[in-house]
Formats: sequence, C-alpha cells, structure tokens
Amino acid sequence: MKLLPLAAAAIVVGSTVALAQGDVPAAVKARQGQMQIQSHAISILGGMARGNMEYDAELASQAAQDLRAVSMLSVDLLWPEGTSTEEVQGTRALPAIWSDWEGFLDDWEAFNAAVDAVEAAAPNGLEALQPAIGTLGQSCGACHDDFRQSN
Amino acid sequence: MRAVPLIGAVLVIGAAAGFWLTGARGLGAEAQAAIAAAPGDAEAGRLVFHAAGCASCHTAEGAEWSETPVLSGGQTFATEFGTFRAPNVSMHPEAGIGGWTLAQFADAVQAGVSPEGTHYYPAFPYGAYRLATPQDVADLWAFWQGLPASEAESLPHDLRFPFSIRRGVGVWKLAALPESWFSETPGGDPAAARGQYLAEALAHCGECHSPRDALGGIDRGAWLEGAPNPSGSGNIPGITRDQLGWSADEIANYLNDGFTPEFDSAGGHMARVVLNLSRLPAEDREAIAAYLMQVE
Repeated sequence: MKLLPLAAAAIVVGSTVALAQGDVPAAVKARQGQMQIQSHAISILGGMARGNMEYDAELASQAAQDLRAVSMLSVDLLWPEGTSTEEVQGTRALPAIWSDWEGFLDDWEAFNAAVDAVEAAAPNGLEALQPAIGTLGQSCGACHDDFRQSN
Repeated sequence: MRAVPLIGAVLVIGAAAGFWLTGARGLGAEAQAAIAAAPGDAEAGRLVFHAAGCASCHTAEGAEWSETPVLSGGQTFATEFGTFRAPNVSMHPEAGIGGWTLAQFADAVQAGVSPEGTHYYPAFPYGAYRLATPQDVADLWAFWQGLPASEAESLPHDLRFPFSIRRGVGVWKLAALPESWFSETPGGDPAAARGQYLAEALAHCGECHSPRDALGGIDRGAWLEGAPNPSGSGNIPGITRDQLGWSADEIANYLNDGFTPEFDSAGGHMARVVLNLSRLPAEDREAIAAYLMQVE
C-alpha cells in the first residue's frame, strides 16, 4: 500500500515534467491543423457572406469542398483520451468531450450537416450562401459552448 | 458604569439599522407605477428577452435554442462561492413563475427580491437589469405569458458558508448595486447610447467581461477589461476598444454569425450570447459595436 502514494507522486512529477517541456501530442497538433484549415475555408465563405469580398461561385465551391474534405477526418483518431486541458498543455479541449462523448459526437454531426448545407449552397449565389453560413457558425458555437475552454 | 447600557443601546440600534439596511426591499413605488402604466407588448418583449439572454441560463442543460424556450431551469454554475442552480422560471403556476404579478416580476428582475421577500443571489444579473426601462420590463413580462410551462422542480443552490446566508446578499447590494450606467455615457452618437443600453442593462456583458472587487461587485474602473472565468477555467477576454482591436463592422458581424475577424468561432457561454443577439435587428448589433468602440 505504501507504493500507492509513491506511484501517485511519480505520476505527478512525470506529468509536471511533460508539461514543463510543453509536449503537445501529435493528435492535438493534428486536430488544431484541422481547425485551421476549416477556419481558412470559412474565412473565404464568410468573407463573401458578410459582403467583405465579392461573391465568386467557383471560389466558394472550392472553399466549401475543402471544408467538406477536412471535416470528414476520423473523430476517434484526432480526439484520443488523455488529451484534455487537464492532461496536456496547449489544448483547449475540455474534459467534457470525453465525459460526454455522445454529446460531442452529436455536435460534430450537426456541424457536418451544416457543412453539407454550405457545400450545396456555395455555387448557388450569395443569397443561398448567407443563411447556410449562419447555420454553420451556430454549429461551431454549439460545440465550442460545451467543449472548448474560453480563452 | 453608565456607559455600558449606552454602548449596549448603540449596539442594538446599530444591529437594527444593519438588519434594516440589509433587508430585501423591492422597487420603489414610483418605479413600480411606471412599469404598471406601460402597455406590455409581447412582440417587443421577444427582443428584450433575447437581448437579455434569459434562456441562456434558465433552460435545461444542453437544451436546443428556441424562440419560445422551456425555462425549466436546472443548469449548474460552479463558482468560487459554491454551485448555483438556475431555477424554473417557466409559466407553470407552482413550479415556475406563472402565478406572479407584473410587480413581483419587476421586483425579481430589477431589485433581486422574491415574492416571499428574500434576496436573490447576484448570479442572477439584476444589477444590470435594474437599468432597464419600465417599458422593456412590461414588454418582457407580456412576452413571458406566451412561454411554455414546465413542472420541473427548482433545485437549491449549494453554497459555501458564509455565502450560504442569503441575508449577506443585502450587504452586497448596498455595496454593488448600480444606480447609474457602469461606464461613461457616450455623447453625441445615439447608436452608441442605444448600444450602451443593450450592453449594460440587457445583455449584461459586464457580468463576465469585467473583473470584480473584494465584495464581488463589478470593478467599474476596469469596465469590460476581462476577468477570470467565473464558472470554469480560463479567462473571459477584455473587450474594450484597444483590447479587442476589431472594427465596428467586425464586432457587429461577430454578434451575428459568431465568427471572429480571423474566422475562429465564439465559444463558451458567448456562443449562446451570439445565438440570442443574432435574433435582434442588425441596427441593434451595430449599436453594441458603436458602444464598444467607445469603451476605453
């Protein structure tokens, strides 16, 4: 029984060392890359929807296809257990993702449905694109509401 | 030896005065009369409801956004004072507030006082709502009449001593309840003035975006300069003009579609705020932006 506190201490020391070195697991880097590509595609679509840049059907379609492609990546591979804010530095992924995995998958599915709608709307003119971008933003927010740490 | 009864008397009077000062008193007769005289308009109240973000806290955990939400309560808010639980404020006559009068509703929303004459904890942002106009309070209550009823039982808060003593809220109210705007009123620009009303009285931005003093009151000297997250980890960002560094257009767009200028998305509780504010007319989001551009 004496080993237990020792083991606990070792784990604490071990994780402190890991944190001090700022090791960011590859899965965390990978999913952050995914988010960045999504954000880049949305910046083009959202820029058009907001009227900050001229609507271009071809460019909108390209951006929507990129968004579609990168949003299909495996959730299991990018969100392994042990990569929440409580276990690693450099992530804003809350432990709630893993304690409410079903809820997280529901939100991810809703986001993908919104991406489908954006992809369908993208070539069909600004008036089709705008509401689809609104729904997309809400689906981003719905997941970030419960599962991403505030800044 | 005569001094002792005198000191005793002073203490008794002092205690009585303190007891009186910290008592739960509703709005003054004048404020209530103005609210009673305002003709309540449910459609106008719908916008007040969304701007004030009532549903963000009073719906059940994980409930979908709705134009007419079920305000069953149940969400928990873990804070340094303990855990607050949002009560049922649906139109159910017993489990909710369906049996209340407009005056009782106004006392709750603007003075933090229940129909039973006890204090509400300021997790309920009546400190902001007390700045709302009598017309908006009457409109809000008119809108409330059309909301569904829920039988869900309100659960008690679970607070640490001494915060578990409700009377203590009276002390907080003496120190922290605002009698005027939290920041200087923007001069010359009616849009910014409207924005101040929306941001300070209804949307209660300062509740999370401003730090608090030792007594838990909002630190007006650091208005909207950011603060630790009251519920959970991380920080709520500062949103003064210089801290945010966004244009008025970028702010108004963010409040509508939830995307930052870099096309990151709103997160945390702010995602719900965006969902609510996206239901307001575009001019109202532009007004909030105009106001924030003047907050230094």
